[in-house]
Amino acid sequence: MNSNVTSIKLVLLGEAAVGKSSIVLRFVSNDFAENKEPTIGAAFLTQRVNMADHTIKFEIWDTAGQERFASLAPMYYRNAQAALVVYDVTKPQSFIKARHWVKELHEQASKGIVIALVGNKMDLLESEEDRKVAKEEAEKLSQEENLLFFETSAKTGDNVNEVFLAIGEKIPLKKSDGSNTDGLRGTEDGRIDLNKPDDTSNPNSCGC
Amino acid sequence: MDENYDVIVLGTGLTECILSGLLSIEGKKVLHVDRQDHYGGESSSVTLTQLYSKFKQHPLSKEDIESKFGKDRDWNVDLIPKFLMANGELTNILVHTDVTRYIEFKQVAGSYVYNRGKVYKVPANEMEAISSSLLGIFEKRRMKKFLEWISAYNEEDIATHQGLNLDQNTMDEVYYKFGLGNSTREFIGHAMALWTNDDYLQQPARPSVERIILYVQSISRFGKSPYIYPMYGLGELPQGFARLSAIYGGTYMLNTPIEKVLYSDDGKFEGIVTKEGTAKAPIVIADPTYFPEKCKTTGEKVIRAICITKQPVPNTSNADSCQIIIPQSQVGRKNDIYIATVSDAHKVTSKGHYLASVSTIIETDKPHIELEPAFKMLGPIEERFMGISEIFEPIEDGTKDNIYISKSYDSSSHFESMTDDVKDIYFRITGHPLVLKKREDVAEE
Ligand SMILES: Cc1cc2nc3c(=O)[nH]c(=O)nc-3n(C[C@H](O)[C@H](O)[C@H](O)COP(=O)(O)OP(=O)(O)OC[C@H]3O[C@@H](n4cnc5c(N)ncnc54)[C@H](O)[C@@H]3O)c2cc1C
Ligand SMILES: Nc1nc2c(ncn2[C@@H]2O[C@H](COP(=O)(O)OP(=O)(O)O)[C@@H](O)[C@H]2O)c(=O)[nH]1
Ligand SMILES: [Mg+2]
Repeated sequence: MNSNVTSIKLVLLGEAAVGKSSIVLRFVSNDFAENKEPTIGAAFLTQRVNMADHTIKFEIWDTAGQERFASLAPMYYRNAQAALVVYDVTKPQSFIKARHWVKELHEQASKGIVIALVGNKMDLLESEEDRKVAKEEAEKLSQEENLLFFETSAKTGDNVNEVFLAIGEKIPLKKSDGSNTDGLRGTEDGRIDLNKPDDTSNPNSCGC
Repeated sequence: MDENYDVIVLGTGLTECILSGLLSIEGKKVLHVDRQDHYGGESSSVTLTQLYSKFKQHPLSKEDIESKFGKDRDWNVDLIPKFLMANGELTNILVHTDVTRYIEFKQVAGSYVYNRGKVYKVPANEMEAISSSLLGIFEKRRMKKFLEWISAYNEEDIATHQGLNLDQNTMDEVYYKFGLGNSTREFIGHAMALWTNDDYLQQPARPSVERIILYVQSISRFGKSPYIYPMYGLGELPQGFARLSAIYGGTYMLNTPIEKVLYSDDGKFEGIVTKEGTAKAPIVIADPTYFPEKCKTTGEKVIRAICITKQPVPNTSNADSCQIIIPQSQVGRKNDIYIATVSDAHKVTSKGHYLASVSTIIETDKPHIELEPAFKMLGPIEERFMGISEIFEPIEDGTKDNIYISKSYDSSSHFESMTDDVKDIYFRITGHPLVLKKREDVAEE
């Protein structure tokens, strides 16, 4: 029944305040909150996307603010299959940070990871003078590093869903028969589920 | 940076990260700082290059290490080896805080005990006890009677006590009542109750009985052994609780040395100064390294050797992980020697390698020789890293100066004393005992 649902761990990276959490909120709840406090207790969200012949369930890990003083833990991008590296099109410094994150991902994350470079806050560009990161520069980086590239606005919702759809299309499909043990699921090799009070009854039902 | 917090936490070891997470959930505003550039302090897992530079005077180059041992980033070596009891308090905290979302666990494949030159599997239940060659035929029956008493014991129902009073009778008296012989006593006290010496025999039986119950319940949870272990090493644990704290609003600063601690006129903690500025809070939680002048050693010193091998420990049915206890009396010592092994099955080594950590409490002035009996059991050893650690604890309980200091990680093979420390510090700070509530699902779909 669930056989064609693929779970994908997706992480967000980028300088503080570029709009990472806002992009997630737009994608998951189609909502935007001006000047909002960082969402407390909600740094693990899931959202399903229906592709042509299967469904992808994104397990989205937000930074929980740990990027602010460069304190993200290696656990954060461990086994991530997709990453959004976000910058603010009006903040050149945030693009330098984005370059750094792409490099870090290539060094630390799993080999097949799909990375999308995302220039956010497009709605702030009333004239071309407001733009501080040239589209050509970002496109060049994407080509060199084999990244997807989008310019978005979490505020208006422009292009946000497109980012996730494009990732969904680029993710290599995994067989859900347990032949690929690289992902997050599966108790086949002695992994255990601590949330089950009793391991002897294992109907393998996932209520999600 | 914000100026004022409810609590400042110094050091990102496991004790500190759990407390930070618990306090953030309760709505406290927490600032968590570590002078090092990575999470975990003493409870982190490191790569081989980090291990070489920590332990060897002439570390190998990364190229040499990789040609010998495979990719450096495949290694996550625990500085302090421990396992989690499947039914222990740390597991309980992990489940209640949902940190299990971030960490996967595997069973440890077996638990063994050394007896007269041979390694035996510790029987996991009464059935295994009956078939184990560890005990003689009569001893098995007595052991069975003892285990039945343990599992039927009910504090409220005096008939189940069989005339024993856990607060008055010593464990020695309990053994006597069941007619248990020396090697059975040794097996119960060391391999099940996990005492590292025989002092417990003359003490009230309750703590011993509680430890045995924990052991039995932990085994029955998943079957093979009472222990579980996180994929990618123990270093995942502090990271997981740090993430929990951050999600509930905790602020994290790594790579941030404490330039100055601020005190009020009456000597109470007021805040810290770092490169990011001044941060104030009425309370600080810290590991002993941040306030060495407020700590004392327990006198106990532990020697640990981390060994890399290419084979599982002989006579353990090729277990990808196991614990082996060498009881003190078997090798003429006062304290047991512990061996804990893990491998690539837990993503802590490169393919085909095993890590065996050997440890004991030091008794002589030639501590490295004290571990010899264990080394002999491991087969060929490719590389060995040895270190001696002292165990520190705070001199005062923190109520006078609002500086609450954790204990260093002791020589026990699990986390039960660490969680006792967490609960104790929590109580001293908040004035009420820790009650774990299931974290509500704010974030799910
Ligand atoms: C009368 C008797 C007959 C036994 N017959 C057998 C047998 O046929 N096959 C078998 O596998 N085991 C037998 N045993 C048990 C065996 O001696 C040991 O208990 C077993 O080998 C486990 O050794 P241990 O190291 O646990 O012994 P310990 O823990 O040192 O002793 C276990 C208990 O048995 C007593 N004991 C041990 N050996 C003897 C002995 N030879 N004579 C009297 N008491 C002893 C001890 O005092 C103690 O109470 C017998 C025990 C007794 C008491
Ligand atoms: N104008 C505009 N503001 C945005 C956009 N995305 C985020 N913001 C604002 O930028 C600030 C930081 O956003 P947040 O999502 O918290 O950034 P994060 O730190 O990267 O997670 C908030 O005040 C948001 O309201 C956008 O697309 N356009
Ligand atoms: Mg955010």
